[in-house]
Amino acid sequence: MDIYLLEAIVNGLLLGGVLALLSLGLNLIFGVIDVVWIVYAEIVMSSMYAVYWLHNYYGWPLFLAFAAAIAVGSIIGVLVHVLVIQPILGSAPINQLLATGGLLFFLQSLATLLFGTEYRNLGVRLPVLNIDGLYISFARLIAFGVALAGAIILYLFLARTYLGTAIRAISQDREIMGLMGVNEKRIYIITSAIGGGLAGLAACLLVLQYDVHPFIGLTFGPITFMICVLGGLGDMIGGFIAAFIISQIIAIGGFYFSSELAEVMAFVFFIVMILIRPQGILGKK
Amino acid sequence: MSALLTLDGISAGYGSFAALFEVSLQVESGEAVGVVGPNGAGKTTLMRVISGLLRPSAGSFALEGMPLEHLPAYRIVEAGIAHVPENRRLFGRLTVEENLRMGAFLPAARKHFAERLAWVYELFPRLQERRQQMAGTMSGGEQQMCAIGRALMSKPKILLMDEPSAGLAPLVVEQVFELVKRIRREGFTVLIVEQNVGQVLEVVDRAYLLETGRIKLAGPSAELKNNDFIRASYLGI
Repeated sequence: MDIYLLEAIVNGLLLGGVLALLSLGLNLIFGVIDVVWIVYAEIVMSSMYAVYWLHNYYGWPLFLAFAAAIAVGSIIGVLVHVLVIQPILGSAPINQLLATGGLLFFLQSLATLLFGTEYRNLGVRLPVLNIDGLYISFARLIAFGVALAGAIILYLFLARTYLGTAIRAISQDREIMGLMGVNEKRIYIITSAIGGGLAGLAACLLVLQYDVHPFIGLTFGPITFMICVLGGLGDMIGGFIAAFIISQIIAIGGFYFSSELAEVMAFVFFIVMILIRPQGILGKK
Repeated sequence: MSALLTLDGISAGYGSFAALFEVSLQVESGEAVGVVGPNGAGKTTLMRVISGLLRPSAGSFALEGMPLEHLPAYRIVEAGIAHVPENRRLFGRLTVEENLRMGAFLPAARKHFAERLAWVYELFPRLQERRQQMAGTMSGGEQQMCAIGRALMSKPKILLMDEPSAGLAPLVVEQVFELVKRIRREGFTVLIVEQNVGQVLEVVDRAYLLETGRIKLAGPSAELKNNDFIRASYLGI
Protein backbone atom coordinates (compact mmCIF):
# COMPACT_ATOMS: atom_id res chain seq x y z
CA MET A 1 0.00 0.00 0.00
CA ASP A 2 1.01 3.57 -0.69
CA ILE A 3 2.84 4.89 2.36
CA TYR A 4 1.07 8.26 2.10
CA LEU A 5 -2.30 6.54 2.12
CA LEU A 6 -1.20 4.55 5.16
CA GLU A 7 -0.13 7.78 6.80
CA ALA A 8 -3.55 9.27 6.07
CA ILE A 9 -5.30 6.25 7.55
CA VAL A 10 -3.13 6.34 10.69
CA ASN A 11 -3.74 10.06 11.09
CA GLY A 12 -7.46 9.47 10.62
CA LEU A 13 -7.35 6.85 13.34
CA LEU A 14 -5.57 9.27 15.67
CA LEU A 15 -8.08 12.04 14.90
CA GLY A 16 -10.88 9.54 15.54
CA GLY A 17 -9.69 9.03 19.12
CA VAL A 18 -10.19 12.68 20.05
CA LEU A 19 -13.53 12.87 18.22
CA ALA A 20 -14.62 9.72 20.05
CA LEU A 21 -13.74 11.34 23.37
CA LEU A 22 -15.75 14.44 22.46
CA SER A 23 -18.75 12.35 21.43
CA LEU A 24 -18.58 10.31 24.66
CA GLY A 25 -19.14 13.35 26.83
CA LEU A 26 -22.02 14.63 24.75
CA ASN A 27 -23.64 11.19 24.59
CA LEU A 28 -23.25 10.71 28.32
CA ILE A 29 -25.10 13.95 29.01
CA PHE A 30 -27.81 13.15 26.51
CA GLY A 31 -28.19 9.55 27.68
CA VAL A 32 -28.55 10.50 31.32
CA ILE A 33 -30.16 13.94 31.42
CA ASP A 34 -31.90 13.79 28.03
CA VAL A 35 -30.54 17.18 27.08
CA VAL A 36 -28.26 18.13 24.20
CA TRP A 37 -25.52 20.48 25.25
CA ILE A 38 -25.18 22.58 22.08
CA VAL A 39 -22.58 24.51 24.05
CA TYR A 40 -20.32 21.44 24.43
CA ALA A 41 -17.54 22.55 22.08
CA GLU A 42 -17.49 25.96 23.80
CA ILE A 43 -16.73 24.23 27.09
CA VAL A 44 -13.79 22.70 25.23
CA MET A 45 -12.81 26.19 24.08
CA SER A 46 -12.98 27.54 27.65
CA SER A 47 -10.76 24.75 28.92
CA MET A 48 -8.29 25.34 26.09
CA TYR A 49 -8.04 28.96 27.22
CA ALA A 50 -7.53 27.74 30.77
CA VAL A 51 -4.51 25.69 29.68
CA TYR A 52 -3.17 28.55 27.61
CA TRP A 53 -3.41 31.22 30.31
CA LEU A 54 -2.27 29.06 33.19
CA HIS A 55 0.71 27.70 31.29
CA ASN A 56 1.78 30.65 29.17
CA TYR A 57 0.83 33.56 31.39
CA TYR A 58 1.00 32.25 34.94
CA GLY A 59 3.78 29.78 34.19
CA TRP A 60 2.07 26.72 35.57
CA PRO A 61 3.66 23.43 34.60
CA LEU A 62 1.78 21.91 31.67
CA PHE A 63 0.37 18.96 33.60
CA LEU A 64 -0.92 21.16 36.37
CA ALA A 65 -2.54 23.40 33.77
CA PHE A 66 -4.11 20.31 32.19
CA ALA A 67 -5.52 19.17 35.53
CA ALA A 68 -6.91 22.66 36.11
CA ALA A 69 -8.44 22.70 32.63
CA ILE A 70 -10.27 19.44 33.35
CA ALA A 71 -11.51 20.96 36.59
CA VAL A 72 -12.63 24.08 34.69
CA GLY A 73 -14.56 21.87 32.26
CA SER A 74 -16.22 20.07 35.17
CA ILE A 75 -17.16 23.26 36.92
CA ILE A 76 -18.62 24.78 33.74
CA GLY A 77 -20.51 21.52 33.21
CA VAL A 78 -22.03 21.71 36.68
CA LEU A 79 -22.87 25.40 36.22
CA VAL A 80 -24.53 24.72 32.87
CA HIS A 81 -26.68 22.11 34.55
CA VAL A 82 -27.54 23.95 37.72
CA LEU A 83 -28.06 27.41 36.21
CA VAL A 84 -29.46 26.61 32.78
CA ILE A 85 -30.76 23.05 32.52
CA GLN A 86 -32.20 22.32 35.95
CA PRO A 87 -34.76 25.14 35.93
CA ILE A 88 -36.11 24.04 32.52
CA LEU A 89 -35.65 20.27 32.88
CA GLY A 90 -39.36 19.66 32.52
CA SER A 91 -39.94 21.95 29.56
CA ALA A 92 -39.95 21.13 25.85
CA PRO A 93 -36.64 19.86 24.37
CA ILE A 94 -36.55 22.80 21.95
CA ASN A 95 -36.33 25.20 24.92
CA GLN A 96 -33.37 23.32 26.35
CA LEU A 97 -31.75 23.30 22.93
CA LEU A 98 -32.25 27.05 22.57
CA ALA A 99 -30.99 27.71 26.09
CA THR A 100 -27.74 25.80 25.64
CA GLY A 101 -27.48 27.27 22.13
CA GLY A 102 -27.76 30.75 23.63
CA LEU A 103 -25.04 29.82 26.06
CA LEU A 104 -22.83 28.97 23.07
CA PHE A 105 -23.04 32.54 21.81
CA PHE A 106 -22.58 33.84 25.33
CA LEU A 107 -19.34 31.92 25.84
CA GLN A 108 -18.04 32.85 22.37
CA SER A 109 -18.75 36.52 22.98
CA LEU A 110 -17.36 36.41 26.50
CA ALA A 111 -14.13 34.87 25.19
CA THR A 112 -13.96 37.54 22.46
CA LEU A 113 -14.50 40.27 25.03
CA LEU A 114 -11.93 38.93 27.45
CA PHE A 115 -9.25 37.59 25.13
CA GLY A 116 -9.91 39.17 21.74
CA THR A 117 -10.05 37.25 18.48
CA GLU A 118 -6.33 36.51 18.31
CA TYR A 119 -5.18 32.98 17.64
CA ARG A 120 -3.15 31.90 20.63
CA ASN A 121 -0.65 29.10 20.45
CA LEU A 122 0.46 27.14 23.48
CA GLY A 123 3.96 27.07 22.04
CA VAL A 124 4.59 23.50 23.05
CA ARG A 125 6.37 21.82 20.15
CA LEU A 126 6.08 18.08 20.14
CA PRO A 127 8.17 16.07 17.68
CA VAL A 128 6.91 14.39 14.56
CA LEU A 129 7.79 10.72 14.61
CA ASN A 130 9.29 9.08 11.59
CA ILE A 131 8.52 5.38 11.54
CA ASP A 132 9.97 3.90 8.38
CA GLY A 133 9.04 6.96 6.36
CA LEU A 134 5.63 7.19 8.02
CA TYR A 135 5.25 10.61 9.60
CA ILE A 136 3.07 10.71 12.70
CA SER A 137 2.55 13.70 14.92
CA PHE A 138 3.46 12.88 18.50
CA ALA A 139 0.76 15.25 19.76
CA ARG A 140 -1.84 13.25 17.86
CA LEU A 141 -0.44 9.99 19.16
CA ILE A 142 -0.69 11.24 22.74
CA ALA A 143 -4.18 12.54 22.07
CA PHE A 144 -5.23 9.18 20.73
CA GLY A 145 -3.74 7.28 23.67
CA VAL A 146 -5.23 9.57 26.29
CA ALA A 147 -8.63 9.62 24.58
CA LEU A 148 -8.68 5.83 24.49
CA ALA A 149 -7.59 5.61 28.12
CA GLY A 150 -10.29 8.11 29.06
CA ALA A 151 -12.90 6.03 27.24
CA ILE A 152 -11.77 2.86 28.99
CA ILE A 153 -11.81 4.51 32.43
CA LEU A 154 -15.29 5.87 31.72
CA TYR A 155 -16.41 2.41 30.63
CA LEU A 156 -15.05 0.77 33.78
CA PHE A 157 -16.66 3.46 35.92
CA LEU A 158 -20.04 2.94 34.26
CA ALA A 159 -19.81 -0.85 34.33
CA ARG A 160 -18.31 -1.49 37.74
CA THR A 161 -19.38 1.14 40.25
CA TYR A 162 -22.68 1.82 42.01
CA LEU A 163 -22.70 5.37 40.71
CA GLY A 164 -21.92 4.21 37.17
CA THR A 165 -24.71 1.63 37.29
CA ALA A 166 -27.11 4.31 38.53
CA ILE A 167 -26.04 6.57 35.65
CA ARG A 168 -26.87 3.80 33.18
CA ALA A 169 -30.11 2.96 34.97
CA ILE A 170 -31.52 6.45 35.27
CA SER A 171 -32.43 6.86 31.59
CA GLN A 172 -34.33 3.55 31.71
CA ASP A 173 -36.69 4.58 34.51
CA ARG A 174 -36.27 7.99 36.10
CA GLU A 175 -39.05 7.83 38.64
CA ILE A 176 -38.00 4.55 40.14
CA MET A 177 -34.48 5.78 40.96
CA GLY A 178 -35.76 7.39 44.14
CA LEU A 179 -36.97 4.00 45.33
CA MET A 180 -33.40 2.75 45.04
CA GLY A 181 -32.26 5.48 47.40
CA VAL A 182 -30.78 7.46 44.51
CA ASN A 183 -31.00 11.24 44.58
CA GLU A 184 -31.75 11.99 40.93
CA LYS A 185 -30.54 15.60 41.13
CA ARG A 186 -27.20 14.47 42.47
CA ILE A 187 -26.77 11.99 39.61
CA TYR A 188 -27.44 14.78 37.10
CA ILE A 189 -24.86 17.02 38.72
CA ILE A 190 -22.26 14.27 38.83
CA THR A 191 -22.97 13.39 35.20
CA SER A 192 -22.64 17.05 34.20
CA ALA A 193 -19.32 17.21 36.03
CA ILE A 194 -18.07 14.12 34.20
CA GLY A 195 -19.34 15.40 30.83
CA GLY A 196 -17.68 18.78 31.41
CA GLY A 197 -14.53 17.03 32.60
CA LEU A 198 -14.39 15.01 29.38
CA ALA A 199 -14.67 18.28 27.43
CA GLY A 200 -11.78 19.58 29.55
CA LEU A 201 -9.72 16.48 28.81
CA ALA A 202 -10.43 16.85 25.09
CA ALA A 203 -9.33 20.49 25.38
CA CYS A 204 -5.94 19.43 26.79
CA LEU A 205 -5.41 17.16 23.80
CA LEU A 206 -6.63 19.68 21.23
CA VAL A 207 -4.64 22.61 22.59
CA LEU A 208 -1.47 20.70 21.69
CA GLN A 209 -2.55 20.68 18.04
CA TYR A 210 -4.65 23.78 17.49
CA ASP A 211 -4.46 27.49 18.30
CA VAL A 212 -7.07 28.77 20.72
CA HIS A 213 -9.51 31.45 19.63
CA PRO A 214 -13.10 32.25 20.62
CA PHE A 215 -14.56 30.35 17.63
CA ILE A 216 -12.46 27.20 17.85
CA GLY A 217 -15.59 25.40 19.06
CA LEU A 218 -17.03 25.66 15.56
CA THR A 219 -14.19 23.46 14.32
CA PHE A 220 -15.24 20.54 16.54
CA GLY A 221 -18.82 21.22 17.58
CA PRO A 222 -20.70 20.44 14.36
CA ILE A 223 -18.63 17.33 13.65
CA THR A 224 -19.13 16.08 17.20
CA PHE A 225 -22.92 16.45 16.91
CA MET A 226 -22.81 14.74 13.57
CA ILE A 227 -20.93 11.82 15.09
CA CYS A 228 -23.33 11.57 18.01
CA VAL A 229 -26.38 11.54 15.76
CA LEU A 230 -24.72 9.08 13.40
CA GLY A 231 -24.01 6.74 16.29
CA GLY A 232 -27.47 7.27 17.73
CA LEU A 233 -27.83 10.04 20.31
CA GLY A 234 -27.10 8.69 23.76
CA ASP A 235 -25.51 5.52 22.39
CA MET A 236 -21.92 5.77 23.61
CA ILE A 237 -20.63 2.74 21.74
CA GLY A 238 -22.36 3.80 18.52
CA GLY A 239 -20.83 7.27 18.86
CA PHE A 240 -17.42 5.77 19.48
CA ILE A 241 -17.61 3.76 16.26
CA ALA A 242 -19.08 6.66 14.30
CA ALA A 243 -16.14 8.85 15.35
CA PHE A 244 -13.71 6.50 13.62
CA ILE A 245 -15.88 6.15 10.51
CA ILE A 246 -16.11 9.93 10.09
CA SER A 247 -12.42 10.49 10.80
CA GLN A 248 -11.47 7.89 8.19
CA ILE A 249 -13.72 9.51 5.60
CA ILE A 250 -12.05 12.83 6.33
CA ALA A 251 -8.54 11.34 6.30
CA ILE A 252 -8.87 9.17 3.19
CA GLY A 253 -11.01 11.72 1.36
CA GLY A 254 -8.41 14.33 2.20
CA PHE A 255 -5.71 12.10 0.76
CA TYR A 256 -7.43 11.46 -2.58
CA PHE A 257 -9.12 14.82 -3.00
CA SER A 258 -8.78 17.76 -0.64
CA SER A 259 -9.56 18.29 3.00
CA GLU A 260 -12.47 20.59 2.12
CA LEU A 261 -13.99 18.03 -0.19
CA ALA A 262 -13.36 15.34 2.46
CA GLU A 263 -15.53 17.22 4.92
CA VAL A 264 -18.21 17.59 2.28
CA MET A 265 -18.01 13.82 1.79
CA ALA A 266 -18.34 13.24 5.52
CA PHE A 267 -21.47 15.36 5.66
CA VAL A 268 -22.94 13.69 2.57
CA PHE A 269 -22.27 10.32 4.18
CA PHE A 270 -23.97 11.59 7.32
CA ILE A 271 -27.07 12.78 5.42
CA VAL A 272 -27.35 9.48 3.56
CA MET A 273 -26.95 7.48 6.78
CA ILE A 274 -29.58 9.57 8.54
CA LEU A 275 -31.99 8.68 5.75
CA ILE A 276 -31.10 4.98 5.87
CA ARG A 277 -30.55 4.52 9.61
CA PRO A 278 -32.13 7.43 11.50
CA GLN A 279 -31.87 5.42 14.74
CA GLY A 280 -28.07 5.41 14.56
CA ILE A 281 -25.62 2.86 13.17
CA LEU A 282 -26.16 0.39 16.02
CA GLY A 283 -29.77 1.32 16.77
CA LYS A 284 -32.30 -1.50 16.65
CA LYS A 285 -35.72 0.00 16.09
CA MET B 1 -46.68 -1.24 71.60
CA SER B 2 -46.54 1.39 68.92
CA ALA B 3 -46.91 0.43 65.30
CA LEU B 4 -43.97 0.21 62.90
CA LEU B 5 -45.74 2.18 60.17
CA THR B 6 -48.52 4.63 60.98
CA LEU B 7 -50.62 6.57 58.48
CA ASP B 8 -52.75 9.30 59.94
CA GLY B 9 -55.41 11.01 57.83
CA ILE B 10 -53.55 10.80 54.53
CA SER B 11 -55.19 12.58 51.60
CA ALA B 12 -53.57 12.74 48.22
CA GLY B 13 -54.30 13.24 44.57
CA TYR B 14 -53.09 14.44 41.22
CA GLY B 15 -53.75 18.11 40.56
CA SER B 16 -57.40 18.79 41.26
CA PHE B 17 -58.22 15.10 41.23
CA ALA B 18 -58.32 13.63 44.76
CA ALA B 19 -57.55 9.92 45.00
CA LEU B 20 -57.25 9.34 48.76
CA PHE B 21 -59.39 10.77 51.55
CA GLU B 22 -58.09 10.73 55.13
CA VAL B 23 -56.70 7.23 55.06
CA SER B 24 -55.36 5.98 58.38
CA LEU B 25 -53.76 2.61 58.94
CA GLN B 26 -51.13 0.89 61.04
CA VAL B 27 -48.72 -1.93 60.43
CA GLU B 28 -47.12 -3.66 63.39
CA SER B 29 -43.61 -5.05 63.19
CA GLY B 30 -43.60 -8.60 61.82
CA GLU B 31 -47.08 -8.33 60.42
CA ALA B 32 -48.30 -8.82 56.88
CA VAL B 33 -51.06 -6.40 56.07
CA GLY B 34 -53.10 -6.18 52.91
CA VAL B 35 -54.85 -3.25 51.32
CA VAL B 36 -57.44 -4.63 48.95
CA GLY B 37 -59.92 -2.98 46.68
CA PRO B 38 -61.02 -2.56 43.10
CA ASN B 39 -59.12 -0.90 40.30
CA GLY B 40 -59.01 2.84 40.80
CA ALA B 41 -59.63 2.70 44.54
CA GLY B 42 -56.39 4.55 45.21
CA LYS B 43 -54.21 1.58 46.20
CA THR B 44 -51.26 2.53 44.02
CA THR B 45 -51.60 6.16 45.08
CA LEU B 46 -51.34 5.00 48.68
CA MET B 47 -48.13 3.10 47.93
CA ARG B 48 -46.72 6.09 46.08
CA VAL B 49 -47.39 8.33 49.06
CA ILE B 50 -45.71 5.96 51.52
CA SER B 51 -42.60 5.63 49.37
CA GLY B 52 -42.33 9.35 48.76
CA LEU B 53 -43.11 9.37 45.04
CA LEU B 54 -46.19 11.48 45.72
CA ARG B 55 -46.50 14.14 48.38
CA PRO B 56 -49.73 13.85 50.43
CA SER B 57 -51.99 16.91 50.39
CA ALA B 58 -52.92 16.34 54.02
CA GLY B 59 -52.13 13.98 56.87
CA SER B 60 -48.94 12.48 58.16
CA PHE B 61 -47.17 9.15 58.25
CA ALA B 62 -44.28 7.82 60.23
CA LEU B 63 -41.96 4.86 60.52
CA GLU B 64 -41.10 4.00 64.12
CA GLY B 65 -42.33 7.45 65.08
CA MET B 66 -40.13 9.25 62.57
CA PRO B 67 -42.27 11.55 60.39
CA LEU B 68 -41.75 10.92 56.69
CA GLU B 69 -44.33 12.96 54.82
CA HIS B 70 -41.86 15.70 53.86
CA LEU B 71 -38.99 13.46 52.82
CA PRO B 72 -38.09 12.73 49.18
CA ALA B 73 -38.26 9.11 48.01
CA TYR B 74 -34.53 8.47 48.36
CA ARG B 75 -34.61 9.47 52.02
CA ILE B 76 -37.60 7.26 52.73
CA VAL B 77 -35.72 4.20 51.45
CA GLU B 78 -32.93 5.18 53.80
CA ALA B 79 -35.42 5.22 56.68
CA GLY B 80 -36.24 1.59 55.92
CA ILE B 81 -39.16 1.40 53.51
CA ALA B 82 -38.59 -0.53 50.28
CA HIS B 83 -41.15 -0.52 47.51
CA VAL B 84 -41.73 -3.21 44.90
CA PRO B 85 -43.56 -1.06 42.36
CA GLU B 86 -46.53 -1.98 40.24
CA ASN B 87 -45.46 -3.74 37.03
CA ARG B 88 -42.08 -4.45 38.64
CA ARG B 89 -40.30 -1.55 36.90
CA LEU B 90 -36.99 -3.34 36.56
CA PHE B 91 -34.13 -1.75 34.67
CA GLY B 92 -34.70 -3.86 31.57
CA ARG B 93 -31.33 -3.16 29.96
CA LEU B 94 -29.33 -3.93 33.08
CA THR B 95 -28.52 -7.48 34.11
CA VAL B 96 -30.28 -9.18 37.00
CA GLU B 97 -27.25 -8.68 39.19
CA GLU B 98 -26.99 -5.00 38.25
CA ASN B 99 -30.63 -4.56 39.19
CA LEU B 100 -29.86 -6.10 42.55
CA ARG B 101 -26.87 -3.83 42.87
CA MET B 102 -29.15 -0.83 42.34
CA GLY B 103 -31.26 -2.13 45.22
CA ALA B 104 -28.16 -1.89 47.39
CA PHE B 105 -27.27 1.64 46.29
CA LEU B 106 -27.52 3.13 49.78
CA PRO B 107 -24.14 3.36 51.50
CA ALA B 108 -25.45 1.31 54.44
CA ALA B 109 -26.52 -1.46 52.05
CA ARG B 110 -23.34 -1.39 49.93
CA LYS B 111 -21.28 -2.57 52.85
CA HIS B 112 -23.31 -5.76 53.01
CA PHE B 113 -23.72 -6.23 49.27
CA ALA B 114 -21.95 -9.58 48.95
CA GLU B 115 -23.71 -11.24 51.86
CA ARG B 116 -27.14 -9.92 50.88
CA LEU B 117 -26.63 -10.91 47.27
CA ALA B 118 -25.85 -14.45 48.44
CA TRP B 119 -28.95 -14.36 50.63
CA VAL B 120 -31.24 -13.15 47.82
CA TYR B 121 -29.80 -15.84 45.54
CA GLU B 122 -30.49 -18.42 48.22
CA LEU B 123 -34.05 -17.13 48.49
CA PHE B 124 -34.50 -17.10 44.71
CA PRO B 125 -32.06 -19.58 43.13
CA ARG B 126 -33.55 -18.79 39.73
CA LEU B 127 -32.07 -15.29 39.94
CA GLN B 128 -28.61 -16.73 40.41
CA GLU B 129 -29.04 -18.81 37.25
CA ARG B 130 -30.03 -15.67 35.38
CA ARG B 131 -27.64 -13.27 37.03
CA GLN B 132 -25.97 -12.12 33.78
CA GLN B 133 -29.19 -11.97 31.80
CA MET B 134 -30.83 -8.65 30.90
CA ALA B 135 -33.70 -8.26 33.33
CA GLY B 136 -36.09 -7.22 30.55
CA THR B 137 -35.72 -10.57 28.79
CA MET B 138 -36.97 -12.70 31.70
CA SER B 139 -40.48 -14.05 32.22
CA GLY B 140 -42.98 -12.09 34.30
CA GLY B 141 -42.61 -14.35 37.32
CA GLU B 142 -38.82 -14.14 37.22
CA GLN B 143 -39.01 -10.38 36.87
CA GLN B 144 -41.22 -10.26 39.96
CA MET B 145 -38.59 -12.28 41.85
CA CYS B 146 -35.95 -9.83 40.70
CA ALA B 147 -38.07 -6.84 41.73
CA ILE B 148 -38.64 -8.34 45.18
CA GLY B 149 -34.97 -9.26 45.46
CA ARG B 150 -33.97 -5.72 44.48
CA ALA B 151 -36.18 -4.28 47.23
CA LEU B 152 -34.82 -6.75 49.79
CA MET B 153 -31.21 -5.73 49.07
CA SER B 154 -31.66 -2.66 51.26
CA LYS B 155 -32.86 -4.93 54.09
CA PRO B 156 -35.94 -2.78 54.72
CA LYS B 157 -37.90 -2.63 57.94
CA ILE B 158 -41.03 -2.86 55.84
CA LEU B 159 -41.58 -4.07 52.31
CA LEU B 160 -44.31 -2.44 50.22
CA MET B 161 -45.66 -4.57 47.40
CA ASP B 162 -47.87 -2.98 44.80
CA GLU B 163 -50.03 -5.49 42.88
CA PRO B 164 -47.40 -8.23 42.74
CA SER B 165 -49.79 -10.45 40.78
CA ALA B 166 -50.67 -7.86 38.12
CA GLY B 167 -50.20 -9.01 34.57
CA LEU B 168 -49.09 -12.52 35.47
CA ALA B 169 -50.60 -15.85 34.42
CA PRO B 170 -52.70 -17.59 37.12
CA LEU B 171 -50.08 -20.26 37.76
CA VAL B 172 -47.39 -17.59 38.15
CA VAL B 173 -49.66 -15.58 40.45
CA GLU B 174 -49.72 -18.57 42.80
CA GLN B 175 -45.92 -18.69 42.71
CA VAL B 176 -45.76 -15.00 43.52
CA PHE B 177 -47.94 -15.49 46.59
CA GLU B 178 -45.65 -18.35 47.59
CA LEU B 179 -42.79 -15.84 47.39
CA VAL B 180 -44.70 -13.50 49.68
CA LYS B 181 -45.10 -16.30 52.21
CA ARG B 182 -41.40 -17.07 52.00
CA ILE B 183 -40.52 -13.43 52.65
CA ARG B 184 -42.82 -13.46 55.66
CA ARG B 185 -41.04 -16.51 57.02
CA GLU B 186 -37.80 -14.53 56.74
CA GLY B 187 -39.34 -12.19 59.29
CA PHE B 188 -40.12 -9.23 57.04
CA THR B 189 -42.99 -6.88 57.68
CA VAL B 190 -45.04 -6.60 54.52
CA LEU B 191 -47.68 -4.17 53.32
CA ILE B 192 -49.25 -5.53 50.18
CA VAL B 193 -51.75 -3.92 47.88
CA GLU B 194 -53.84 -6.23 45.72
CA GLN B 195 -56.89 -6.49 43.56
CA ASN B 196 -56.71 -10.22 43.93
CA VAL B 197 -58.65 -10.21 47.20
CA GLY B 198 -59.14 -13.95 47.69
CA GLN B 199 -55.49 -14.85 47.30
CA VAL B 200 -54.06 -11.98 49.29
CA LEU B 201 -56.29 -12.74 52.26
CA GLU B 202 -54.61 -16.15 52.37
CA VAL B 203 -51.17 -14.63 52.99
CA VAL B 204 -51.80 -11.58 55.18
CA ASP B 205 -52.76 -11.32 58.87
CA ARG B 206 -55.00 -8.31 58.49
CA ALA B 207 -56.39 -6.28 55.67
CA TYR B 208 -58.02 -2.96 54.87
CA LEU B 209 -60.64 -2.56 52.18
CA LEU B 210 -60.07 0.61 50.19
CA GLU B 211 -62.88 1.86 47.97
CA THR B 212 -62.91 5.18 46.09
CA GLY B 213 -60.09 6.49 48.23
CA ARG B 214 -61.56 5.65 51.62
CA ILE B 215 -61.04 2.79 54.06
CA LYS B 216 -64.36 0.93 54.10
CA LEU B 217 -63.54 -2.06 56.24
CA ALA B 218 -60.65 -3.36 58.29
CA GLY B 219 -59.99 -6.52 60.20
CA PRO B 220 -58.15 -9.81 60.48
CA SER B 221 -58.07 -11.83 57.25
CA ALA B 222 -60.19 -14.65 58.67
CA GLU B 223 -62.88 -12.17 59.61
CA LEU B 224 -62.84 -10.41 56.24
CA LYS B 225 -63.05 -13.71 54.39
CA ASN B 226 -66.37 -14.30 56.14
CA ASN B 227 -67.63 -10.76 55.80
CA ASP B 228 -70.81 -10.73 53.74
CA PHE B 229 -69.90 -7.57 51.81
CA ILE B 230 -66.45 -8.87 50.88
CA ARG B 231 -67.84 -12.27 49.98
CA ALA B 232 -70.48 -10.79 47.73
CA SER B 233 -68.38 -8.04 46.10
CA TYR B 234 -64.89 -9.52 45.87
CA LEU B 235 -64.93 -13.24 46.38
CA GLY B 236 -67.98 -13.88 44.25
CA ILE B 237 -69.51 -16.27 46.74
